[in-house]
Amino acid sequence: MLGKIRILFWITYGVWLAAFVVLPILLVLYQSLHDVHGRWTLENFFRFFSPVYLRMAGDSLWYAFWITFLSLVVAYPAALALVRLASRDFWLVALILPSWVNLLLKAYAFLGILSEHGPVNALVSLVGLGPVPLLFTDLGFVLVSVYIFIPFMILPIFNAVRAIPAELIDAARDLGASPLQVVRRVIWPLSLPGVRAGVQATFIPALSLFMITRLIAGNRVITLGTAIEQHFLVTGDWGMGSAIAVVLLLLMSASVIFARRSFFAAPVGGE
Amino acid sequence: MWERTGGRLGKAYLVFVFFVLYAPILYLIAFSFNAGDTMYAWEGFSLDWYRELLNDERLLVIALNTLVIALASSILATVVGTAGALLIGMSEARRRRETLLLLNNVLLVSPDVQIGISFLLLFTLAGIALGEGSVLLAHVAFSVPIVVLMVLPQVEKMPKTLLDAAYDLGASHRDVLFRVILPYITPGILAGFFMALTYSFDDFAVTFFVTGGGFSTLPVEIYSRARRGVSLELNALSALLFLLSFAFAFGYYWIQRREMRPRSEARR
Repeated sequence: MLGKIRILFWITYGVWLAAFVVLPILLVLYQSLHDVHGRWTLENFFRFFSPVYLRMAGDSLWYAFWITFLSLVVAYPAALALVRLASRDFWLVALILPSWVNLLLKAYAFLGILSEHGPVNALVSLVGLGPVPLLFTDLGFVLVSVYIFIPFMILPIFNAVRAIPAELIDAARDLGASPLQVVRRVIWPLSLPGVRAGVQATFIPALSLFMITRLIAGNRVITLGTAIEQHFLVTGDWGMGSAIAVVLLLLMSASVIFARRSFFAAPVGGE
Repeated sequence: MWERTGGRLGKAYLVFVFFVLYAPILYLIAFSFNAGDTMYAWEGFSLDWYRELLNDERLLVIALNTLVIALASSILATVVGTAGALLIGMSEARRRRETLLLLNNVLLVSPDVQIGISFLLLFTLAGIALGEGSVLLAHVAFSVPIVVLMVLPQVEKMPKTLLDAAYDLGASHRDVLFRVILPYITPGILAGFFMALTYSFDDFAVTFFVTGGGFSTLPVEIYSRARRGVSLELNALSALLFLLSFAFAFGYYWIQRREMRPRSEARR
């Protein structure tokens, strides 16, 4: 169909695929195998397995875990409550809307909110805990990141829960399940594809949010993303930066495969 | 829906989440009207920061740059992405289809930092100077996959018989493309264009890596100013950008609604 016109499509789209998808990955791989003098080497990867970098990678994974976990804890009940509203589509848009606001502006807002004289510390002082340092700490970093990821967690979970047939819930109720049991045994397992999508949309970006660490955590938190940025724009060690990027790439692929496999698979019915 | 117990609790919780999500945005906007110059001590209402913003020529130039890059990159990305969607949607070989779709989605799931440095490597190798050119190319590149994903459902929905009928009536390949296929998939193309526009407008991380010293976009400028500390001029700027973001979001929502309507009417 469409005869020779198809060739035009192949040329435009094919060039884009080759130049901006395939080639960049190969370039990062190539660069990671070179030292600062342009010589072939495996040194960058050996360096990654030194205590300094392993610790940084460990920290980074640890922060990403907490950010993902807390986002899920906040977003899951919200998605459940949202599905039950009469005007749920309107409220969904209202909850998603903040995610359309530029990330940096939201991070910038927290420079005021979390500051020593800001509203959060005013509240904390009211309870009598005195000002707590939030800005330029890892706690501040986690809080702001969770804030940023909540909408991305709500949306896929909402979609998954909305797709659950009401008959299933009625049946569970008829068979004597308590509301808690309904959530635990029916809704949760059937919403897992959404949870998985939300976790995926959060975990990998959380490993690479270098701007939030720079703005909110000062230079106290170093994630994989921060380290890559540092090597590319500050120290000029592109080889090492690329090696970390390759590790990030592997983590990303692993998480995609991991999420598809049975780790989260629903015990009943499945997908 | 299921039982009503706990419904009130759920609503209260939603209100709480809603408040949390909007509070920082409203906080930022409120302080753009502060007469003082901190983001925590309110010293009365003033429009001074807006006045300062309008007199900040550097910022106005950057805002214009951002807009031009967004429009130009979205148009180009829409063309390439539509070609991609037609290629994927009309390909009969399942294997090829899936491979293309997988490659298409690589940039969507890659972290921004990764995309940023790989494009930086690409431009350095290709000898492309960092500046507006490299930023434009990068924006086109990362917007294409989302356009493909927005147009693809429309291509797949298109009945094959429609094309057969057009060919039977003697239409050339060109006629079929421009008078049958493109009009049919226009809602998807518009949605894709809008998404590309927001992607470009919002991007910080990729631009940050591929922009040289002389060229800047709003997010990059906001970052460098925010790193220097709080300036309420940034608050005034964000208030205006919020309005724009919300306008984008509603524009997109509206297109989606319009696209949904004929389908649900057809079902009836």
